[in-house]
Amino acid sequence: MEEIVADELRETFKTGRTRSVAWRKNQLNALLDLVIENEESIFKALHRDLGKDPVESYRDEIGVILKSARYSLSCLDKWVAPKKAELPLLFFPAKGDVLPEPLGVVLIFSSWNFPISLLLDPLIGAISAGNAVLLKPSELAPACLSFLVQNIPLYLDNKAIKIIDGRSEVGEKLLKLKWDKIFFTGSPRVGSLVMAAAARYLTPVTLELGGKCPAIVDTLSSPSKTKVAAKRIVGGKWAPCTGQACIAIDYLLVEEKLAPTLIEVLKKTIKKFYGENIKDLKNISRIVNKHHFQRLHNLLKDPHVAASVVYGGSVNEEKLVIEPTILLDPPLDSEIMTEEIFGPLLPIITLKNLEESIEFINSKPKPLVIYAFTEDEAFKERILSKTSSGTVTFNDSMVQFLCDALPFGGVGQSGFGRYHGKYSFDTFSHEKAVLHRAFFPELEPRYPPWNDFKLRFIRLAYMFDYLGLILLLLGLKKP
Amino acid sequence: MEKFEKNLERQLMAMRECYKTGKTKQVSWRRSQLKGLQTFLKEKELEIFRALNLDLGKHYVESFRDEVGLLKKSLNLALKDLNKWMSSRKAKLPIIALLSYAEVVPEPLGLVLVISTWNLPLALSLDPLIGAIAAGNAVVLKPSELAPACSSLLVNFLPNYLDNEAIMVIEGGPATGEQLLEQKWDKIFFTGSAKVGRIIMSAAVEHLTPVTLELGGKCPAVLDSLSWSWDKEVALNRIIGAKYGSCAGQACISIDYLLVEKAFFSTVVELMKVLIKKMYGDSPKESHSVARIINKHHFLRLKNLLTDQMVKDSIVYGGSMDEDCLFIEPTILVDPPLQSKIMTEEIFGPLLPIITLDKIEDSIDFINSKPKPLAIYAFTNNEALRERMVSETSSGSVVFNDAIIQFAADTLPFGGIGESGIGKYHGKFSFDTFSHYKAIARRSFLTDFWFRFPPWSNYKLDLFETVYSYDYFEMLLVVLGLKRSKMRFFIN
Repeated sequence: MEEIVADELRETFKTGRTRSVAWRKNQLNALLDLVIENEESIFKALHRDLGKDPVESYRDEIGVILKSARYSLSCLDKWVAPKKAELPLLFFPAKGDVLPEPLGVVLIFSSWNFPISLLLDPLIGAISAGNAVLLKPSELAPACLSFLVQNIPLYLDNKAIKIIDGRSEVGEKLLKLKWDKIFFTGSPRVGSLVMAAAARYLTPVTLELGGKCPAIVDTLSSPSKTKVAAKRIVGGKWAPCTGQACIAIDYLLVEEKLAPTLIEVLKKTIKKFYGENIKDLKNISRIVNKHHFQRLHNLLKDPHVAASVVYGGSVNEEKLVIEPTILLDPPLDSEIMTEEIFGPLLPIITLKNLEESIEFINSKPKPLVIYAFTEDEAFKERILSKTSSGTVTFNDSMVQFLCDALPFGGVGQSGFGRYHGKYSFDTFSHEKAVLHRAFFPELEPRYPPWNDFKLRFIRLAYMFDYLGLILLLLGLKKP
Repeated sequence: MEKFEKNLERQLMAMRECYKTGKTKQVSWRRSQLKGLQTFLKEKELEIFRALNLDLGKHYVESFRDEVGLLKKSLNLALKDLNKWMSSRKAKLPIIALLSYAEVVPEPLGLVLVISTWNLPLALSLDPLIGAIAAGNAVVLKPSELAPACSSLLVNFLPNYLDNEAIMVIEGGPATGEQLLEQKWDKIFFTGSAKVGRIIMSAAVEHLTPVTLELGGKCPAVLDSLSWSWDKEVALNRIIGAKYGSCAGQACISIDYLLVEKAFFSTVVELMKVLIKKMYGDSPKESHSVARIINKHHFLRLKNLLTDQMVKDSIVYGGSMDEDCLFIEPTILVDPPLQSKIMTEEIFGPLLPIITLDKIEDSIDFINSKPKPLAIYAFTNNEALRERMVSETSSGSVVFNDAIIQFAADTLPFGGIGESGIGKYHGKFSFDTFSHYKAIARRSFLTDFWFRFPPWSNYKLDLFETVYSYDYFEMLLVVLGLKRSKMRFFIN
């Protein structure tokens, strides 16, 4: 069945239909319609799957897609145009262009935490670049999956853009087939499986993975700044899908003396945003399913970890809710500090000196994002030069995700490849070099029979020493 | 082997420590290494020519044209543009992001592995190395053991010109290659066959290492009817040069086969015979301007391509082989069977099949029936055909009225697609392929979008709508309470 779907997409791609700019714009507009006309259904589905409030859903998913699609529409003509490549005089007369062309039939896997935007945002890139697409959404967000499976065929060209339902076995079957590109968002473990399968066909992949995104918090010059920072930290931990986001703040690094103040401000902010305790919890999503609930609950079961809880810690298994929890210095070798948390638990690690944060971060795999709340410009530069991550954001969290002009992707264990804005277009394109040459003039020295004159000619040519070449040709250049 | 492995691990750890010091990130370090390579090429030119002659029977002018000269050009460019390449690029933000600043800055990936191949053993080792150094990485280079003189040259002399704490050359065969692939790399750059490319990519999975694979394929050349005899002669010289002139056809961008209309092929063949003689003399072997086949294995592989009787019968020129000298003369075949190996596998040798077509436009379907090649060459003055070639086929590059030369253009990305590879390099693309472009967002504490944070309300939802559409006027209306939202939903 999967093969039939792939074959159909290939046939459609071969017709050249998806290459036309008109088709691409048409599909992007259709996608806008799909989202705008079904906003309510999307809100309902996200609420069903993850307990997301409509505002969160708009902010993190619907709004993102609308912005992305509109941006692509406005830039598409510019993106598809060939880029002139300057050629040296030696090539004259010649014309060089770099022409983006679609890769062909691409496969997009998305994750469950942002089931709408993590599927449709790459789709926007794939369509803009002129590809035929197969979408495989995560089955762990079933209401969203149903919504997408039902509506994508209603709005989009279903000979060129298809969506497939099903569990991970379907994913495995898809990976056995040949694709011209695979775009994957998810865990490093599954990312490895995708890359291994892609190796068979030498398929290029983009892997948007995760990691432990640290946030360094320095002492700030005023309480109001600390308050703003706290809001942004809380907003970076619990706001996106209750911490189940690849760019959510995973843990904090703070100087010992700052910890108590920071914890107090964080507590106040949490209470203001989400309520005083687990019974009154609001404005926050829930854990996606029992498996992840158990996983997170287990992180707290370690007695040393449990002892480090300074706020929250309550859970409601029936509702799959864990309240915003802060921990102070859990053991560094505990799972909560070695694995990506992906949930509403915030460890705060205290350091004697904030400079140690750089080494601490470097002792772990390269994360998707490093956040740093600091006014110390020199410290910022050290963070930038001594650490490596997909992105670095100073004095805020999450916002880099919304910047179409910034590449979004990881490095090392957090992935490779990137997207958003034009990077999405590029990630689904092949940049073809096109060189036009003329028959006249011809440079004889390119060919045998060889002699020293030709060698000298080629030497000068590679240095673009045109004067030297003229002198040589005129017999005026001494050896 | 175990000892080698332990030694290797220790050496790589030392290299990583060196990288951590930040030394390789310094512009001065990168420049000094690139200059070191320049000095190497200058001082060891004779040795390089000797090694290439030993390994492949290359004439020193060919060696200069295809390897040394190319590298010198590459180094000049890298030194000239390094500061520009390393600089950060400002990222444009929408007005709503007041007092925010965003930029993209390249940083090195870390410790990278460059695996090169035997046909252009200097160029394909050092050109990627130039990119890796320019981008600030620590590098391990593994030249191909099949070109032993060149491999030795690199292992023995390169360390005298480069920083051995950060750049290491390792000699060895497949076993060494395997050991290397088991280690952790921040990037692997590989030039070679698709078969080994798959092995490399599979090995890279372990550490989720990004790879660039410069592979091969059957690069077709389409020869249209050309009215001017000057054009015909130039075209054929370029075809001959691109088939037999670059390492005797053992190059990923060599012309593999030629597509010609039935009406012209005999003219083409006759003219080619004349031009081959002009270029290589009556005895190409004696001219020493056609390279040798690299080794017996490949020699026999090529010999076997011609054992099929029907293939043998299709030879119209050349065909003689000297196993002792590993020499195969420039050979032309016309219409060997399409299912024969010579037409289904990458030839990588001085055998040129000419396939005749009823009309030249059929070449498009023919090309599309095979895996995507690294390059498509088309010799034609027909604009319509050119446009169709570009839009209806897919390849790493397309070159009109010339061949191989795209390799020397720094502003054109060099890389494949599909079976011909992943990623690209040359010029700035080399720098990019060994860099990670880090996004940096700097925000102020002063401006805040208070509606970003809960508690949620319809009002905040309206604001988000206007923000996402960059509709500042609408936003103002909402803030002033002059715009009511439409239907809204359950908000806790």
